[in-house]
Amino acid sequence: MATSTNLEAPPAGAAEAGGAGVAALITEAPVPHPTLARTFAAMMAREFRVLRRNAVATFTRAVMQPLLFVFVFAYVFPKIGGGFMLGGAAGGAARAGAAASGVNFATILVPGLMASMLLMQGIMAVTFPLVMEFSWQRTIEDRALAPVPIRVLAVQKISAGAVQSFIGALIVFPIVLLVHASGQAPSVHVTNWALFALILVAASMLTAALGLLLGTIMDPRKMQMLFAVILLPATMLGCVYYPWSALHSIRWLQILVLVNPMVYMSEGLRAVLTPELGHMPLWAVLLVLIGGSVVFGYLGARTFRNRVLN
Amino acid sequence: MTHASAQLMRTGLPDAEAAIRTEDLRKTYKTSRGDVQAVRGIDLDVPSGEFFGLLGPNGAGKSTTIGMLTTLVLPTGGRAWVAGVDVVGDPVAVKRRIGVVTQNNTLDMQLTVAENLEFRSRFFGLGAREAGRRAEQLLDAFGLADRRRAMATDLSGGQARRLLIARALVHRPDVLFLDEPTAGLDPQTRVNLWDILRVLHDQGQTILLTTHYMEEAEALCDRVAVIDHGRVLAAGTVDDLKQSTGADTVITVRYESAVPDGLAGKAGITGRPGISKIETDGDQVRVFTREPDGVLGELVAAGARDGLHVRDAAQLKPSLETVFLTLTGREYRE
Repeated sequence: MATSTNLEAPPAGAAEAGGAGVAALITEAPVPHPTLARTFAAMMAREFRVLRRNAVATFTRAVMQPLLFVFVFAYVFPKIGGGFMLGGAAGGAARAGAAASGVNFATILVPGLMASMLLMQGIMAVTFPLVMEFSWQRTIEDRALAPVPIRVLAVQKISAGAVQSFIGALIVFPIVLLVHASGQAPSVHVTNWALFALILVAASMLTAALGLLLGTIMDPRKMQMLFAVILLPATMLGCVYYPWSALHSIRWLQILVLVNPMVYMSEGLRAVLTPELGHMPLWAVLLVLIGGSVVFGYLGARTFRNRVLN
Repeated sequence: MTHASAQLMRTGLPDAEAAIRTEDLRKTYKTSRGDVQAVRGIDLDVPSGEFFGLLGPNGAGKSTTIGMLTTLVLPTGGRAWVAGVDVVGDPVAVKRRIGVVTQNNTLDMQLTVAENLEFRSRFFGLGAREAGRRAEQLLDAFGLADRRRAMATDLSGGQARRLLIARALVHRPDVLFLDEPTAGLDPQTRVNLWDILRVLHDQGQTILLTTHYMEEAEALCDRVAVIDHGRVLAAGTVDDLKQSTGADTVITVRYESAVPDGLAGKAGITGRPGISKIETDGDQVRVFTREPDGVLGELVAAGARDGLHVRDAAQLKPSLETVFLTLTGREYRE
């Protein structure tokens, strides 16, 4: 009897299966209670998921530049000899200064390359995705509809970029320590780990904040300008390949480069990694790194909000 | 006491019954070529549970209106409330209560189909495990279960739309906004989406949809506001609109040369009952009438007597299209 009742049951349910499924999810779903902290944490979790998925590409991007730099500067040049003109030109005043204080070029490069990597990663991690999100499909609207104020979204973008920038700098560390010609090992000794961490974190925040500002004011069609106008001058004139003190022989340049945030990153890292080399006073470094993060972060968040809301 | 006063506050808000309410809502964009008034004072009142349509041609101000209601566009005048919350005063509270399907494909292209739902759920406060369950539930309901591991970039247009709608529903929003949800989809996919939206509506979901497809508004919406140039031209049920505008059937005859004065008179249709309006414009005559029988034939014959040949002729039955024609005097441009 029971069997026949089942067979006689109207087959309407089958036809409505899709509809019933959609219907059920409205009535049965839990009503969520978002908080600012939860939403922020979820957004960071999303960044880590993407980072993990693109790990190989991100890692390659982070490794290749410093690897080639130290290979050429700390291995090839010392091998082919100081008399080689190119080596002399690239080393420049730094080599002279370094030789005077008995320091090799690899020692100068360690903090410089870390700083250069911080800037590169900060901008790659924030500016490029942001320009994509604002153009074409405006995918930024997806995140903008999350239940947090738009400026929190800006802070989240800076935080996520800073983490990538920080990791990028850490990747450089073993490379510059390990890749060099025999007898050309950099002399690096961290005496104050807390200060080292503080400078790395502040520098990461600064590059990510700069990345946000650039990403919100850059015209997507002029992205190649980013390299020519920002990245290249910032790096070449950022005390990456020479300590700031060595610039004293070109006084006007020594003063001019003070507008470049890179200088403070390089010099700050120099202060904690290779203190025997002359470096800029720490108060100036910390003032610019922390103050710069706040100022660029504020400006970036403001232009970001203006771009998201129209 | 606290609970009671909270209740009181909720009911004290402007028109707590209304899911969406706007008062003289305006948006003017400042551009290098001067001010552009995208929305010029719109009043809407959408009760809870209604399926409401904003119908108008491209550039009418629909997307700007939906942008203001979903907090992404800042109004330059007037006020708006969604689920009783002021969109300018407390945008975060509004975002908590709404689901939005944008016109563009704003899926997170770095994530898989399932992850798009999981992370959206987590943005709205669900824990990781709960979010996973919610994602599975939605994937099943929207027929995307076999695509769960696909990257969002690999979805077809119809699948992407379904995922966008599913994603907008993760947190059980009070109001679902859909901006041109079926633009660019093939007819079959469109009809499938309509079925999904009808089911949602049957479950009591309040929906505001913008569309420039007449038949979409007719097929889905309880009520429609026809908008053009940033203003509401008429609002009501589709039937109300057809009745109230008086444009029942629109007959248009276009001749090969300019229409001489008095052609309609010669055709003997000027005094006929049921005719509400006759327009002569250049080479065409347009008649708005409730009793269309014979009108087209008379116009053709009258033209022939004057040596005017007909280039084309059309007789449109009452529809939103004739409503639009009556309200604006212009062909509906999709």
